[in-house]
Amino acid sequence: MADTARDAPPEQTDFHELEDGEELFPEPATTQESQPASLAAEDISTNSNGPKQDSLFDDDPEDLFAEATEEVSLDSPERDVLLSDGPSPAITPITPPTSVITPRIGHTHDDMFTHSSFDEIEEEEGGDSFDIHISVSDPEKVGDGMNAYMAYKVTTKTSMSLFKRNEFAVKRRFSDFLGLHSKLASKYLHIGYIVPPAPEKSIVGMTKVKVGKEDQSSNEFVEKRRSALERYLMRTVKHPILLKDPDVLQFLESSELPRAVSTQALSSAGLLRMVNKAADAVNKMTIKMNESDAWFEEKQQHFENLDVQLRKLHTSVESLVCHRKELSVNTAQFAKSAAMLGNSEDHTALSRALSQLAEVEEKIDQLHQDQANADFYLFSELLGDYVRLLTAVKGVFDHRMKTWQKWQDSQMLLQKKREAEAKLQFTNKPDKLQQAKDEIKELEGKVQQGERDFEQISKTIRKEVSRFEKERVKDFKTIIIKYLESLVQTQQQLILELVLEKLV
Amino acid sequence: MMEEVKETASVLSVHDDSIKVTEVLKEGDTLTFIIVSQKLSGTGEYHVDRTYEDFEWLQQHLFSQGDVPGIQGVIFPPLPAKPQVNASPRSIKQLGFLALGECQPYCKALETFLQQVAAHSILSKNKAVEVFLTSSDPPGRQKVKKNIFNRLSQAVEEMRKEGHKDVDEFFQNERDHNLILTGCTKTAAEKFLDVVATEQKIAVACGHFSTALHLCVEPGEDPDKQAFSRVCVKLSEVFESIKKNMTSVAENNVNTLGLGLDLESRYQEAEREMLFRRTCKLVELENAQRNVEKAKPVKKAAMEEVKKAAETEFEHTSGVAKQEIARFQGARVEMLQQALVGWCEKQLLTAKESADQFNQHLEVFRGMA
Repeated sequence: MADTARDAPPEQTDFHELEDGEELFPEPATTQESQPASLAAEDISTNSNGPKQDSLFDDDPEDLFAEATEEVSLDSPERDVLLSDGPSPAITPITPPTSVITPRIGHTHDDMFTHSSFDEIEEEEGGDSFDIHISVSDPEKVGDGMNAYMAYKVTTKTSMSLFKRNEFAVKRRFSDFLGLHSKLASKYLHIGYIVPPAPEKSIVGMTKVKVGKEDQSSNEFVEKRRSALERYLMRTVKHPILLKDPDVLQFLESSELPRAVSTQALSSAGLLRMVNKAADAVNKMTIKMNESDAWFEEKQQHFENLDVQLRKLHTSVESLVCHRKELSVNTAQFAKSAAMLGNSEDHTALSRALSQLAEVEEKIDQLHQDQANADFYLFSELLGDYVRLLTAVKGVFDHRMKTWQKWQDSQMLLQKKREAEAKLQFTNKPDKLQQAKDEIKELEGKVQQGERDFEQISKTIRKEVSRFEKERVKDFKTIIIKYLESLVQTQQQLILELVLEKLV
Repeated sequence: MMEEVKETASVLSVHDDSIKVTEVLKEGDTLTFIIVSQKLSGTGEYHVDRTYEDFEWLQQHLFSQGDVPGIQGVIFPPLPAKPQVNASPRSIKQLGFLALGECQPYCKALETFLQQVAAHSILSKNKAVEVFLTSSDPPGRQKVKKNIFNRLSQAVEEMRKEGHKDVDEFFQNERDHNLILTGCTKTAAEKFLDVVATEQKIAVACGHFSTALHLCVEPGEDPDKQAFSRVCVKLSEVFESIKKNMTSVAENNVNTLGLGLDLESRYQEAEREMLFRRTCKLVELENAQRNVEKAKPVKKAAMEEVKKAAETEFEHTSGVAKQEIARFQGARVEMLQQALVGWCEKQLLTAKESADQFNQHLEVFRGMA
């Protein structure tokens, strides 16, 4: 039985194919029967392969929940098996997830399974190695006047089984990106996932483009935006959970996307967002949380410090970029004056030497410009991105506080209800008493859920922070290497120019 | 204290190309320059200390050699403007490249001035030069008698004279050409100065960034924190290298092309002044000629004398001028070519060093786990 299951779905590297999921599932389910009762082998066809948040974070600690876990964790090793072509690994793939799940059997909290499932996803990343590259290109103006917009081509190149094809492209506009972020934020931020923020809106910048101003500043604006969108998408898909989100997949793959209307800056939705943000800020100030976990306190302080440092660095780099651009302008002007001097010069050899000087200076000017671009696009934007990312990180910490508050509120309410029930015991009102008892039962559930949610978000945040810190180091290193490469290249080109100048 | 120097001819007792301004001492607001020169006899060297006022004293003496025939045809080596310890923005602008750096560009400019004076066939014979270079006592500070030609004043009539048409095609060409070149060189020097100033700004900004990165280093056992701290430290080193590179580039610019353009610019001005003096002589001569023609018989002989004197002076001046121009043209071309070659070589060296350093940093980062 196990073998047929193995043979049946050969190219089944596609998580979307529910039919295959169904095929795959029954086999492991049966073998799982020996496992704790909470893992019932129910039909999971209603669950998609991705860790769909609504099912996973159901308040209902149903087996449905557990099965989704099973499915997710088992799929990877299943595929591993298929890819690696090993000998009838009927039992083998099952064991790893089991061994991870087993220690948690003692817990009644199903959310633990969720965590283990995400552990799985991250650990199994090696199985379907992260190989996806997204590029945003070919900005194209669509339409005229104030209704015009820029459409960008989003090309995805990947070998991951998550996708239907290896290479595909779609056309998206800026509000689509904002819409994607909005959806992801509403799904994942409040449970502790650091969702990368979308690039910022710029009414001034966009207006220039709409109006049709074809000058250098509007070109620079479009290029800056294009680059920001690309980085945004890459950051998003680097997140193992977000990558598998159906909205993300839809964004990357489907040719038509419903227009995200509530993203306009000056729309009513936009204003509502601003109001909510303000309310949040006020709330945050009034929540006094008893921090029992020093880790969180320390991390929050760490991020506060980091925010300050990064902002300083960002300012520093911006000033550097400014000076480089100035240098480029000055070099160009000098080149011109040197050329004029060369032309006025009678002495032929000197005249020629001066003209050559002018040429070399022009080339140096170009090098300065390239360097300025490197400074900007590599460092300045990186630092800007991280300053914005830190906002998301802080947001996640805030959500944890809110979750804690919610739990505390439920607890307090439960306490009150219990007191009220105690009082009712002495009155002769059986209906009211029953109602009170029902309410208490409900509240107890809520309190339990509240505690679970809080522990869950805390655990998620710990992992997210760890991932963020690792990514941060990687990101910086990558950028720095690129920057150094550009530095080396610039110097070498300069050497070339000077050597040529010398020879003549 | 030396007596007032007599205007007798003398032979300079030092090698002109051995003259060096080796250092500058700062005492409050006063700057004192140490000048070393090698004796012709080969028996050692002279060490003297001079202030800017001493240089001006020397220049005044050179200007006031009225009895030397054709002295007005000499292109006088230009003395750099007065340096100030706490320089005003205006004086910094006036000094241009010479205001940059610690003092080397300025000292080099003074050195060049002295070398050129000492090498000049006419000027070096002035005793003041010997006194300046060899006397252990400071040369007299008393004001020298008013010399025939102070710096050109920009009186309106003077300006009109500048445009006066010449009788000699050679000189007319030279004047026209000088006018154009003076403008172009001045502009080029100014633009180049802007470039250097910006390079220095970038160096400073890199230093700031490097320091800011050090602030990102966090103590702690956390491996991620340590990794990030390491990245910050290494990046800080990278920007220190960039800073060093920029600083070198700026220094190279100043010391080669900067000084060259500055000297050329000032020398073109000096030539312009000489040509103007000669033009004034021409105007004088033409006036004298007209006076002779217009003169009543009684005055005619006197006028004739004046005219003859003017003629002689004009001829002498033109004769010296022609020589000076030839020498000047040769010297300036060589100087500029050397400046360009020097610039190219120095920048090439810096670029190679920087490329090596950046490569090293790159390897470090690539090797970072």
